[in-house]
Amino acid sequence: MATVDLKDVRKIYPSGVEAVKGVSIAIPDKELCVLVGPSGCGKSTLLRMIAGLETISAGTVAIDGKVVNAIGPTERDIAMVFQNYALYPHMKVYDNMAYGLRNRGTPNDEIDSRVRSTAKVLELSALLDRRPRELSGGQRQRVAMGRAIVRNPKVFLFDEPLSNLDAKLRGQMRIEIKNLQRSLGVTSVYVTHDQLEAMTLADILVVMNAGLVEQTGAPLDVYEKPASTFVASFIGAPPMNLLALTGASPSSVLADGTVIGLAPRQGKAVTLGFRPEDADITFATEAPAGALALPATVEAVEPVGAESFLHCVAAGSRIVVRVSGRASAKPGDQLRVVARSEKLHWFDQAGKRVD
Amino acid sequence: MGDTWIAREISLSPRVVFPNKILPYLLVAPQLAITLVFFYWPAGQALYQSMLRQDPFGLKSRFVWFANFRKVLADPAYLNSIKVTVVFSLATAIVAMVVALLLAVMAEKAVRGKGLYRTLLIWPYAVAPAIAGMLWLFLFNPSIGSLAYLLRSLGIVWDPLLNGTHAMILLVSAAAWKQISYNFLFFVAGLQAVPKTLIEAAAMDGAGETKRFWTIVFPLLAPTTFFLLVVNTVYALFDTFGIVHAVTGGGPGKTTETLVYKVYNDGFVNLILGDSAAQSVILMAIVIALTAIQFRYVERKVHYG
Repeated sequence: MATVDLKDVRKIYPSGVEAVKGVSIAIPDKELCVLVGPSGCGKSTLLRMIAGLETISAGTVAIDGKVVNAIGPTERDIAMVFQNYALYPHMKVYDNMAYGLRNRGTPNDEIDSRVRSTAKVLELSALLDRRPRELSGGQRQRVAMGRAIVRNPKVFLFDEPLSNLDAKLRGQMRIEIKNLQRSLGVTSVYVTHDQLEAMTLADILVVMNAGLVEQTGAPLDVYEKPASTFVASFIGAPPMNLLALTGASPSSVLADGTVIGLAPRQGKAVTLGFRPEDADITFATEAPAGALALPATVEAVEPVGAESFLHCVAAGSRIVVRVSGRASAKPGDQLRVVARSEKLHWFDQAGKRVD
Repeated sequence: MGDTWIAREISLSPRVVFPNKILPYLLVAPQLAITLVFFYWPAGQALYQSMLRQDPFGLKSRFVWFANFRKVLADPAYLNSIKVTVVFSLATAIVAMVVALLLAVMAEKAVRGKGLYRTLLIWPYAVAPAIAGMLWLFLFNPSIGSLAYLLRSLGIVWDPLLNGTHAMILLVSAAAWKQISYNFLFFVAGLQAVPKTLIEAAAMDGAGETKRFWTIVFPLLAPTTFFLLVVNTVYALFDTFGIVHAVTGGGPGKTTETLVYKVYNDGFVNLILGDSAAQSVILMAIVIALTAIQFRYVERKVHYG
């Protein structure tokens, strides 16, 4: 049971590359923090620094209030689930799980009871005598989880643990990880590039880009109020539609000259955004008052069943609109995309949110 | 898409059907011919010769069934030679492998100049056995050797020309020294094949560096170690003739006369062809048995990832 505090953590490689450029995150006890971002954003490096597998160039990492910069991974009392599971191929499942306990000199009968009870929780009891190569991907994933859980560490670290599984299993394991983490009440840091995993698992969501934190917050807060155009386009599937406005402010004209049916907005907003599900389509020529009404041409329709995605071209940009059920439009249709003004997001020159 | 995938599957299957019945035999004929001429024929000759006894002038030979074998196996010099070979082979294989593993682990840990270390450590392999033997002979020659002088100045009695144990130590050093490079190369490759995440996982599981090596790295090196064990044993048994010949010539007395060296000595120096042939047949049986045992029992304990 522990808190994890990162203060202005930096990672500069000997080559001069700065992978992490000053990150501060405070994770309260028992919470699950998800680091999400595109590949190369520094999220894995950050995780490895918490683990002690990478040295910390500047700043501090504290676990339970104690700075651990100078403490090696062996003494940090942290367990990690690796992307490729990193199971010891020459050991049986039982020994894989018992390894960490043996290294810490736990008595044999206690090791046995802990391994067996953990195996029971993860439904691994029948597999204890197998070797990792005799297991399926999902089973290996469970063993990797079991190896972390059995030690009862202060902190769990997950490095994209589900990315090697198929979609169905991934959904299942996601729920299991969440339930386990909650019932065990162990502070966790979870790295992923999958925004769906990030949204569903996180107590605290940290969106990273190019070595910096773009936004930190509860998943739905991040979703509803993205702090930047990067977050807006990274969180949500399909991502938020973003349209450039003319540089002049206040502006009610898109960059290509299209006049939007909105009162001009005060401030420095240069980008307008709305989520696909916050928009609707209309064939009416009258623009509703107080709402964005964008003339658009339908390019493609993707019916998914419960909903359909309309891919349109509007004001020279591609935008996506989500409508429930079957779509009434077909490719080639001219129509208007409508979004209520309170559902619009505005961003400034630097891509930061303007409220 | 599906079809091309199936087609690829089929072309990948190792089974090839020849339209002509003779062609496959023609294709393997060169290989078979080489094996027959250079292996089965000499082996058959050795087997035949091992049952012949020649008169002292080499004019007549007589078929004596297994008399040569009985004579050889009852010969105390031959039994001594077996003992010498066991000691020499085990010592050479163990020294060569332990030193190579140590060097490989250390070279792996080097932050700078990894490539340079590796290159330098591989060089000795390019030295011919007889040259390697001469090198060590000169270095440790009691009268002119620089290292022998060093040993003497440290108060260590050193005389490989008269002391059998010293001669054996010198021989093992020379033979192992030459093999270390080869083993080193394989151990380096083996160490690189151990996934880094496993080491990291073990570190997070609370295993210190030494413990990680013995519980994770060393077991995962087992296939390499096993392979090298076979290669080194065979090397020590058969490829060390040049070194023995150059360094000690089997002496002093017969303290370093290995089985292979004795085959040469009895056959080509003393011209007792029947005895020599019997010895080489026994040697052949030993190798077959050794290899079978190694593959059957040792390999079982080896995990290939």
